[in-house]
Amino acid sequence: MSRLTDANVAIAKEIVGRYPRPKSALIPILHLAQEQDGHVSNDAMIHIAELLGVTPAEVYGTATFYEMFKFEPVGRYCINVCTNISCQLVGAWELLEHAEHRLGVKAGGTTDDGTFTLEDVECIAACTEAPALQVNYRFRYRVTNDDFDRLVDDLAAGKLGDEFPPHGTLARVRQRTPQNWADTGRTAQAEVDAR
Amino acid sequence: MSDHDETTDGRTTDGLTNGDGPPTPTSYHVPGLVPSGPKLVTARFDDADGYTYDGYVRTGGYTALRRALTEMTPEQVHLEVKTSEMQGRGGAGFPAGVKWGFLPPDVFPRYIVVNGDESEPGTYKDRLLMELDPHQLIEGTVIAAYAVGAAQAFLYVRGEMALAQERIAQALNDAYANNMVGRNILGTDFSVDVTLTWGAGAYIVGEETALIESLEGERGMPRLKPPYFPAAKGLYMQPTIVNNVETLSNIPWIINEGGQSFHDIGAPSSTGMRMFAVSGHVERPGVFEVPNGITTFRMLFEAPEYCGGVRDGRSVKAFIPGGASAMWFFPEHLDMALDKPTVDQAGSMLGSGAVVVMDDTTDMVAACWRIVRFFARESCGKCTPCREGTTWLEQILKRMLDGHGRADDLATLMEVCESISPGIAWPPRQTTICPLGPSAVSPIASAVRRFRHEFEHYVEHGRPVDGIHRHAIHGTSFEGAGAHV
Repeated sequence: MSRLTDANVAIAKEIVGRYPRPKSALIPILHLAQEQDGHVSNDAMIHIAELLGVTPAEVYGTATFYEMFKFEPVGRYCINVCTNISCQLVGAWELLEHAEHRLGVKAGGTTDDGTFTLEDVECIAACTEAPALQVNYRFRYRVTNDDFDRLVDDLAAGKLGDEFPPHGTLARVRQRTPQNWADTGRTAQAEVDAR
Repeated sequence: MSDHDETTDGRTTDGLTNGDGPPTPTSYHVPGLVPSGPKLVTARFDDADGYTYDGYVRTGGYTALRRALTEMTPEQVHLEVKTSEMQGRGGAGFPAGVKWGFLPPDVFPRYIVVNGDESEPGTYKDRLLMELDPHQLIEGTVIAAYAVGAAQAFLYVRGEMALAQERIAQALNDAYANNMVGRNILGTDFSVDVTLTWGAGAYIVGEETALIESLEGERGMPRLKPPYFPAAKGLYMQPTIVNNVETLSNIPWIINEGGQSFHDIGAPSSTGMRMFAVSGHVERPGVFEVPNGITTFRMLFEAPEYCGGVRDGRSVKAFIPGGASAMWFFPEHLDMALDKPTVDQAGSMLGSGAVVVMDDTTDMVAACWRIVRFFARESCGKCTPCREGTTWLEQILKRMLDGHGRADDLATLMEVCESISPGIAWPPRQTTICPLGPSAVSPIASAVRRFRHEFEHYVEHGRPVDGIHRHAIHGTSFEGAGAHV
């Protein structure tokens, strides 16, 4: 799709400034690219490589290791149903089966209208609230089939936009680099790296 | 979505975390049954604004940081943590004070990395600490940085935890604005930055050297040992302390009340309070902060203040005492205390405080398979015995579940286990760089040794033994290792 916008380049540069070495900012900036486009495009990865002074292959190499990065468009809402042990014990597979029927896609698939992607995922740290799922990495607990249907209806009707920003957006608050940023790590590491 | 104050069958839920509304209070004190204990890290979980700067400061927040920076030397802070004998809460249970002491003298800069990549199946506590009390974690981190002379700290939050990232970002912005982090903290000579950083979906990054690789912008693969401890060579090959979220969240209390007060709680062999998540087949699953070392599994499962008994009046068939990597326990272990040396000696571990209860209807082959599938999927692919072995194990178990088990499958399973973890013992030996591969062996060793007939029945009849609940595991069979490969 596209390179990072000017506004996102400014954010990326601020992120880089909070690490002793630029490449440490790679994963957060890949998330920024995914926030911009809903997935991580080749153009964005090339642009990120330029910003960090590494090769596109290095960016791609890191990005492909991590499950959250998508390299093709996915649904506006990614519904991740946990099927790991605590959830399996109390009905996660039955919930996933219901979800597949309701959405008309198998786990891993995206609905034709591009609204939903359904995934069968590993433990999401909500084990006491099983069966649990996430929509764009935000939780719903002790989900019944009826809960699921209502959730999908509400999402499709655009009712839950405040709770669930589009896929790619994680925290809606960014850390800032304030006036009293000490910069002690980068300064000290630069001295070591210069030796 | 469900109404979380009441489950669908009308039971009232309690426990610290039930529901996505504000958690309901939990009483610990029932004489003769549940030992009472203070709330060390969960005190603000009931406060609607406990995660905000104002809410934190109003309830005594940042007093420990002020005390540490203005009244104590770094050595004195370190001594209090050593005195507390707090065992790390991430899984290995290594004493935090001892770990800090591994830093080589006079090598700078050094770093602190906070491991917030909570993803061991069954584990649910660090996310709560990050979402509900982020300032407590930041305060603990800054105090730790002061004690060890760190130039910078990195708060590495799991990628899938959007709310935790949001809360920590806001908390850091507020902490900087109030001079609790950054240059000349609280007007003293001490300066340190805390950077929020986050992952993107990889369980293996919870391994501390893999976490460091990830923080350097690399694929999250564990480093070859030695050096055994990042304290010697960690981030950018500089001395680095990697501590768990719950571990650092305890630091403000230890500084306020003293290491000895912490040591006085719980058992001398497992000090302080500790968070446990109890999930699976209990009436009221929940996350509880319990006196360490003296609470028993039976109390946790049966006491009305905790889980209120096994679901539907059934009985325990097996339980996992400390996360998916742990060897399983059985009814004869119920009266054992949640005490590190006791559990270690019994052949398992308390790990990350993840207790999963399985009742007498549980399909042990399916339970075993699901945990093995996790490790197969999360293998980073660096070591052959793990990359290939975990995938084989998963496929053999799935074949059994699908009704296509072969007569020699059990023997093959054990042979593959043997090649990942020679001797299949506890603590596990390993042919791999990190413990992920051997972790896949634990559920197999546990289940096959105890419930061999259930596996044999699957092979012979293609279905579970009578009375076992069969899950609707359907056409989503996982194929081959390696989202990460």
